[in-house]
Amino acid sequence: MSRMRLLILQIGVGLGLLLIWHLVSTYPILGDVRTIQFFFSNPVDVIARIWKLFYTGSIWRHLGVTLSETLLAFVIGSVAGVVVGFWFARQPRVAAIFDPYVKMANALPRVVLAPIFMLWFGLGIWSKVALGFTLVFFIVFFNVYQGVKEVSPVVLANARMLGMNERQLLRHVYWPSALSWMFSSLHTSVGFALVGAVVGEYLGSAAGLGYLIHEAEGTFDVTGVYAGMVVLSLFVILIDYGVTLVEGRLLAWRPPAAGTI
Amino acid sequence: MSPLPQVVAHPIAASSGIVRLDHVSVRFGLGASAYEAVADVTLEVAAGEFVAIVGPTGCGKSTLLNVVAGLLAPAAGLARVHGRKVEGVTAQAGYLFQQDALMPWKTALANVAVALDVAGVAGLEARERAQALLARVGLARFTERYPHQLSGGQRKRVALAQMLIRNPAILLMDEPFGPLDAQTRGMMGDLLLSLWSADRKAVLFVTHDLEEAISLADRVVVMSAGPSSRIMAEHRINLPRPRAINEIRLDPAFHDYRRAIWNDLRDEVMKAYGAQDDAGAAP
Repeated sequence: MSRMRLLILQIGVGLGLLLIWHLVSTYPILGDVRTIQFFFSNPVDVIARIWKLFYTGSIWRHLGVTLSETLLAFVIGSVAGVVVGFWFARQPRVAAIFDPYVKMANALPRVVLAPIFMLWFGLGIWSKVALGFTLVFFIVFFNVYQGVKEVSPVVLANARMLGMNERQLLRHVYWPSALSWMFSSLHTSVGFALVGAVVGEYLGSAAGLGYLIHEAEGTFDVTGVYAGMVVLSLFVILIDYGVTLVEGRLLAWRPPAAGTI
Repeated sequence: MSPLPQVVAHPIAASSGIVRLDHVSVRFGLGASAYEAVADVTLEVAAGEFVAIVGPTGCGKSTLLNVVAGLLAPAAGLARVHGRKVEGVTAQAGYLFQQDALMPWKTALANVAVALDVAGVAGLEARERAQALLARVGLARFTERYPHQLSGGQRKRVALAQMLIRNPAILLMDEPFGPLDAQTRGMMGDLLLSLWSADRKAVLFVTHDLEEAISLADRVVVMSAGPSSRIMAEHRINLPRPRAINEIRLDPAFHDYRRAIWNDLRDEVMKAYGAQDDAGAAP
């Protein structure tokens, strides 16, 4: 299928769904229009609301808050994950001792931590950063741990034959291998950082996209909820695109994955 | 020069070998599951000598290389390089692996330059020397490619340059051209010989390909089937140098060598296959 055709079909599907939504919520096809609008709003209203959010500029503050929470959670979680992952992989005894606790901590659904973090860090951004951190940390940690453990034995033996000492092995072999594993999980970890931020905002805050949606929901403002959701999705797509760009740069040495569309 | 191959006895006299293995045995595993890969191997490689080790699959040829490289400690016996016992990685040796051993996250140039960088040569000089050596192995236009962007033969050339740039006194090669197609193998063999003839380092070359061994080496060592492989025979190859891989194979003397060595090897190859079949049939 040509690129052009694919694009037309993709846009067609979107427009079709919007049209169905619009028809059902404007004309009494499936029942009373007012009831349907109460539950599902109306695409025209939603678009108008999004326009208003950007036009009045009130959305920027919320976007800024969510973005900074996401980035902070991602950066702090990644740094901690890399350091601990490296440490555990190079010290199997430490890894063995901590193993059950790591598994336990990772098994815990992070949402239950949100109230604790609010108690500790207040309703500001740091409780959300903490929630995102607990998600990002484990993804990065497991990937780096794996990356250091699964360095090809042949590459390692070759590097040692080239005369590398422990420090040089770390720099030229273990580190790049661990980073490549971490970068391959970049999409997931950035996504989880955002989930942590939005869920945290949703559960209690005074700003951010999660807060916006929660507030609209509290007043049965379904149009506001949908508008928030659309903005959130667009925001995620933009961030994901950014990650793809970064990834292409950092993993240039990797062969292209088979079967990508 | 006699066209007939001559079988030489084990060199026992203490001579000036760069590499010396004395009654080396290697075991893997412990207790009942222990497995003796090679038993009582005594071998010497003189300065400037190209020695090929042939033997059936699983006879511990690579194990011997790893002992010389210091990647593996022998269970018994003594491995010496330049008269000194091998402890830890042998710094004077370069190792060319059968599998891809390049760092996939470094370009061809960086892969070669890092070997000098590790040895303390400054960055710019390391890059210039790496560039020059890559040009010598015919990769002048591919220096900025990553390993996955190179063909199997090109990757081997990079690995060859990576090994040679430190100017090691001993070259250890573990079926280096095994994964390549026949034509590329011939070309790699010629390249290796031309690089080697410039300064004649001591070479220990493991292969299962008899013709490759004869066309490259000064001496071919035949090992018996494993476990507990031993050296069965040694043949000195008196073919004239410089050699061209594809032409030397047409030499009548080449065929005499081939026949003689195959005579030694045939039963061992059968034994090795038999052992594999037994293992396959086990419940």
